Amino acid sequence: MKKKHNALLSGPYLVWTAAFIVIPLILIVYYGFTDENHHLTLSNIAKITDPVTLKALFLSLLLSAMATVICLILAYPLAMILARMKNGASAIITTVFIIPMWMNSLLRIFAWQTLLERNGVINQVLSFLHLPPQHLINTPAAIALGMIYDYLPFMLLPLYNALTKLDWNVVNAAYDLGANRRQTFFKVIIPLTMPGIVSGITMVFVPALTTFVISDFLGGSKVLLIGNIIDQQFTQVGNWNAGSGLSLVLMIFILISMAVMQHYESDDEGVSSIL
Amino acid sequence: MKKFFTRLYVILIFILLYAPIAVLIAFSFNDSRTRAKWGGFTMKWYVQMFQDAEIMAALRNTLVLAFVSALIATVLGLMASLSLNRMKKRKRTIVLGILNIPMLNADIVTGISLMLVFIAFGQFLSQYGYTVVFGFGTVLLGHITFNIPYTVMSIMPRVQGINPSTYEAALDLGATRSQAFRKVVLPDILPGILSGFLLAFTLSLDDFVITHFIKGPGFDTLSTKIYTEVRKGIKPEMYALSTLLFAGVLLMMFGIEKGRNARKKSQQYH
Repeated sequence: MKKKHNALLSGPYLVWTAAFIVIPLILIVYYGFTDENHHLTLSNIAKITDPVTLKALFLSLLLSAMATVICLILAYPLAMILARMKNGASAIITTVFIIPMWMNSLLRIFAWQTLLERNGVINQVLSFLHLPPQHLINTPAAIALGMIYDYLPFMLLPLYNALTKLDWNVVNAAYDLGANRRQTFFKVIIPLTMPGIVSGITMVFVPALTTFVISDFLGGSKVLLIGNIIDQQFTQVGNWNAGSGLSLVLMIFILISMAVMQHYESDDEGVSSIL
Repeated sequence: MKKFFTRLYVILIFILLYAPIAVLIAFSFNDSRTRAKWGGFTMKWYVQMFQDAEIMAALRNTLVLAFVSALIATVLGLMASLSLNRMKKRKRTIVLGILNIPMLNADIVTGISLMLVFIAFGQFLSQYGYTVVFGFGTVLLGHITFNIPYTVMSIMPRVQGINPSTYEAALDLGATRSQAFRKVVLPDILPGILSGFLLAFTLSLDDFVITHFIKGPGFDTLSTKIYTEVRKGIKPEMYALSTLLFAGVLLMMFGIEKGRNARKKSQQYH
């Protein structure tokens, strides 16, 4: 009786998981390793060595790594400031930094066009200050800015959560034992908030690496990321095999980044178990 | 001095996050079809957006999709959480790992894989004379799929926190299974269910990438509509609608916060 009950409970989502998570991934692998005549081939994977695609992949890796590091550097001090505020104030001010996410994200990225354009808001401010205008839009830097802007809350939230859970007595103990500010920060605060840092990094890096919207809106059609190439294969070229092959390559990078992060996370558990 | 820099820092990041939103709100009051120049203040887009059939259809699709997908994902997430809790640890880790794939994987890969599976289902069903039409149905299935891990994530900790003895005690005291569940278990996990639903609703509302690959022609949500409009110029009505939605969410959050405070206060007095 109890067994039957559990099967009724778990049946629907197990079927769902199989149909819409497992089979779809198997299909990507299938399409990625076959040609349009269903013959086994490696040519879809090999498409990554095409100069344009390879350049897009490198640019994606570079910009998403940059955006992740800058997000971390920007968000960590902010999270510390917020976490050390009085209880009520902290919650309200943190909400203030999350609220922008309620505006449609495509529109928010699009709005940066107006800020970065040749006659845009930023250049108008610059000319008002008698400074030379800058070429901002349709550059890799504009895309990196878009990534930082769009994913900063994803970095901020886990860091804030980790820092509010941090036992500040431990920090004070480090000071009492003669550690200076720097030592305390790098040897106590950072290791203790490592789970937050790790989840923040993955939450920024993966979407930044695979975006095609930000590069579409802020890179014009001049700067292509790997996401744009895959999107084109599916929506314009109609070559699903090539698109799947490139997606598989992309997934390898996602898996590598996750494995690296997992490694650091387990390291941290070692530290906290000693404490 | 340190306090000054702290303030300055918080304000600078605040400006970074709100500058684009300020721009969008300004556009919604701009009396000019192009965003290149300021044509004076107007409220007309707020009136005209209700007469734009395409925008209203996209709005309706977005809201219905968010509500229905969040609802079904919450039910499935609740069932999953309850049964996962009873599984052996090893099996649970594997199932949970697979369930979490859409949350960890890149949206573009999830979108593509769902597109491929809908095409494959279509080919399979065509043998029996059925077809899979890309549109509301496929998008709904996709949204439920990427919402489930988030509802499980919200509900699961609550289910694990339940003391199984209370449920058994209710049964011993003569409650039926469904009574024991509704009156003993459910109240404990309700906060998780609600926050899971809200999270799923918001994620569905804002999704673009997955919808982009599985929507098919002729069906649009607000996000996909904005994406196609960016190339030919966004209608000012869209800014007005987004500003209105943004203000709506803000008010709702303030309302919830106020309600919570009021309840806290009244609890203190009684």
